[in-house]
Amino acid sequence: MTAFPPDVIDELAVVTPGSALDALRRQRPVTRDQAQESFAALFAPRGDTEVSLADRLLIAAFATRLTGDDATAAFYRAHATETDPERAAAVIDAAAGAAAPGPFGRYREPGLQAESTEGLRWQAPAELRAAVGERLAAALEHTHLLVVRPREADAAALAALTDAGWSVDAVVTLSQLVAFLSFQQRVVIGLRTIAEEAAA
Amino acid sequence: MTIDTPTATVPERFTRDHVGWTPHLEPKPIADLDERDHAGLVDRGRASSDYFRLLVRDPEILGARTRVDKDIFYNTDGGLPRAERELAATAASRLNGCVFCASVHSRFAAHHSGNPDDVQRLLDEGVDADLGERWNAIVAAAVALTRTPSALTVDHVQRLREAGLDDLAIADVVHGAAFFNWANRLMLSLGDPVAPA
Repeated sequence: MTAFPPDVIDELAVVTPGSALDALRRQRPVTRDQAQESFAALFAPRGDTEVSLADRLLIAAFATRLTGDDATAAFYRAHATETDPERAAAVIDAAAGAAAPGPFGRYREPGLQAESTEGLRWQAPAELRAAVGERLAAALEHTHLLVVRPREADAAALAALTDAGWSVDAVVTLSQLVAFLSFQQRVVIGLRTIAEEAAA
Repeated sequence: MTIDTPTATVPERFTRDHVGWTPHLEPKPIADLDERDHAGLVDRGRASSDYFRLLVRDPEILGARTRVDKDIFYNTDGGLPRAERELAATAASRLNGCVFCASVHSRFAAHHSGNPDDVQRLLDEGVDADLGERWNAIVAAAVALTRTPSALTVDHVQRLREAGLDDLAIADVVHGAAFFNWANRLMLSLGDPVAPA
């Protein structure tokens, strides 16, 4: 497999050595290093028996494509395709049709229900379930929930995962994976926007 | 396999009061924590938290996540004042709908700014509340970055600069908001907020 870059955020935000953006990131060395350590913890894990690396990359390609068809989505799409081309094709095709504006969703809190909003509640189509298997299909549905309507993520959503064969440890890894990508993709977008503003 | 929370204990709305949190899945028992887990918890005191003992089921990502968190919010070596990092965190949490995260970080924002009224207005009225131009610019950028797809533009960055933020402060807004898109998704999905006693 193509090696991951030494600093994924630098790669995706096009931070070149000695640039203003490089200097900016190096003013927060712990954030810079530990953001990369977070990536490594998820994509070069000590063990991947609970959640395979191929599944992690497929979920990442789906999650980041839902958020935007940008450099981050292209990065995970490329790695997923290299690792598991057939399932990646099915997942990426589904992601393009599943992208939806967020955050939306119903509030559980009684005083906030007037703020509840609606949107696309996505379910994996039968052909996708057949192509990737029930276990991964359940994870993709959960990923869609976390990406676009996190306030609707509830105990029933976790029960759907455990019913599909996800252990408690695996659910924690899946949750961290999707949540981390929500961070990483936004840092990349933020840094790119800062650079665009400086260049304008 | 999952633990349900009685609906009667759900908070009424966003609040600066002490909201609790209860997990849907079983945290790792304290007696089972080993050295690898303690490294992931970073602070030994975090072993008393259900949230961190659930996340410690994957200790490496918890450890890195915790160090990112602490640096973004507690590293006061230049950049954005603490209060406004907490404001960015509150704004992201308000938009995503994380009542627990918003309660913690709105308390911090109120404490560090000495301006509880504007913080409360953000909780009560939502992300379009008028908090004065500097805070409006920070909230607008944090909210734009939190939306899917991202709505952050050069204009948001320009507005922050005009409000007096330098590059590092602007990057701190980005990181504060981005981090809460991580934290909110864990808090919202792995458990439920519990109303103040």
